[in-house]
Amino acid sequence: MTAKTEITLTINGREHRISVEPRKTLVDAIRDDCGLTGTHIGCEHGVCGACTVIIDGEAVRSCLMFAVQAQGKPIRTIEGLGQNGTLHPLQRAFMAHHALQCGFCTPGFLMLAAATLERDPGIGEDELLDVLSSNLCRCTGYSTIVKAVRAAQAELRPAPVAEVAKAGPEPAPAREAFSGAGEPMLEQPEQALVAE
Amino acid sequence: MKPPPFQYHDPKTVAEAVSLLGTLENAKLLAGGQSLMPMLNMRFVLPDHVIDLNRVEGLAYIRETAGALEIGAMTRQRDVEFSELVKQKCPLLHQAVMHIGHRQTRNRGTIGGSLCHLDPSAELVSVAAAHDATVAVEGPNGRREIAFKDFPAGYLTPAIELNEMVTAVRIPLWPPGHRAAFIEFSRRHGDFAIVSAAALLMIDGGRITRASLTLGGVAVAPVRADAVERAIIGQPPSSELFRTACEWCRSVDAMADIHASADYRQHLAVVLARRALEKAAGLADNAPWNRTH
Repeated sequence: MTAKTEITLTINGREHRISVEPRKTLVDAIRDDCGLTGTHIGCEHGVCGACTVIIDGEAVRSCLMFAVQAQGKPIRTIEGLGQNGTLHPLQRAFMAHHALQCGFCTPGFLMLAAATLERDPGIGEDELLDVLSSNLCRCTGYSTIVKAVRAAQAELRPAPVAEVAKAGPEPAPAREAFSGAGEPMLEQPEQALVAE
Repeated sequence: MKPPPFQYHDPKTVAEAVSLLGTLENAKLLAGGQSLMPMLNMRFVLPDHVIDLNRVEGLAYIRETAGALEIGAMTRQRDVEFSELVKQKCPLLHQAVMHIGHRQTRNRGTIGGSLCHLDPSAELVSVAAAHDATVAVEGPNGRREIAFKDFPAGYLTPAIELNEMVTAVRIPLWPPGHRAAFIEFSRRHGDFAIVSAAALLMIDGGRITRASLTLGGVAVAPVRADAVERAIIGQPPSSELFRTACEWCRSVDAMADIHASADYRQHLAVVLARRALEKAAGLADNAPWNRTH
């Protein structure tokens, strides 16, 4: 054991004042000290990506950083992906396209995809595949994950001017935006996945 | 598993970092963490002190000086990947960086960290060898430069003292119009290369006037295929020339491990060396193996 040090982690816009040994990894601090267990630990040596969070706009493996290194940097975890009780288009797309089964790898994939689409909204097919190949999934076989990210990418890209003029009233609420997957399993899935 | 207990140090300048290295016993430098952290998490290394370089000023830069690219040790691999300067002036480095891990690991991984870790498969290590780079090292007695061929002292061991740190790498540039190709073979995209080949060529008046061929992953340090280079200089580039010359690669003393036997590595060396030369010479544009993804 070594002496603990007081640090402040800024996660999803909120400050968490915690006391950790320097050897505590960021993922452990996020989960144990900040109580945000959406970020998962798969391998603890940087090959699975289940621990992926977004730090300063970049997708980063949080098992490969110490908590003390993340002080002063804006951190985003899966709990902060949806906003004000609404699911992020990526989350809706994952549900619609069966891009998760056990869900263990899912937060990591969502944060990786979110960071990627935010940095590079027009990312091409091959490059997107290349980026997504950094995370592992044991359940889905990956094709539905890729499909879901592509669908979210299409939804997130701003519409050309002519099409915007033609569009009618406000877009339909989240539930109706599911595409071709039938009824969602939960009565109100948005509530189930709302952050904190 | 979790990292072992250690004292954490957070220097803000190179001088401070060097001073710490000089006073602390059993200390490890932490750069991007993409190699050291897994080793700490699995307790392959048990340092008493970790010196974090991530807040040290002035170690992340890419600039062209006197015919070379100078890259600071803490420059993220991602910044090398997206650098226009690197793309224009050092196409081998630009190609190689795409093969390092995944974009996610390149967000944190650094060029200095990779060079000092000296993984036999490391792409940056091969590029440094291919370009006859020099490594800038700073210690209590000031700064010195190490020629890259002298930099690997053994498996995962650079030839620097315990109280020294690498601050930059200088990559002498080849003239504009030179050809470059980096090829590696791994089980899956993103895995460690089992064998890699890095080729640089100058072709003038239909003949090869300069050549550099480096094999990675075959031994603990990159192997410059001098014999192949000598055999092809002065000749017009052709698949037959390369095929014949690259047979020499079968004689390289290759490692054997769970990923591949020595025989297989030698075989890969022969094939990849030839492919890298063909690709650099523009002879592989329609080759079935020459597709992105």
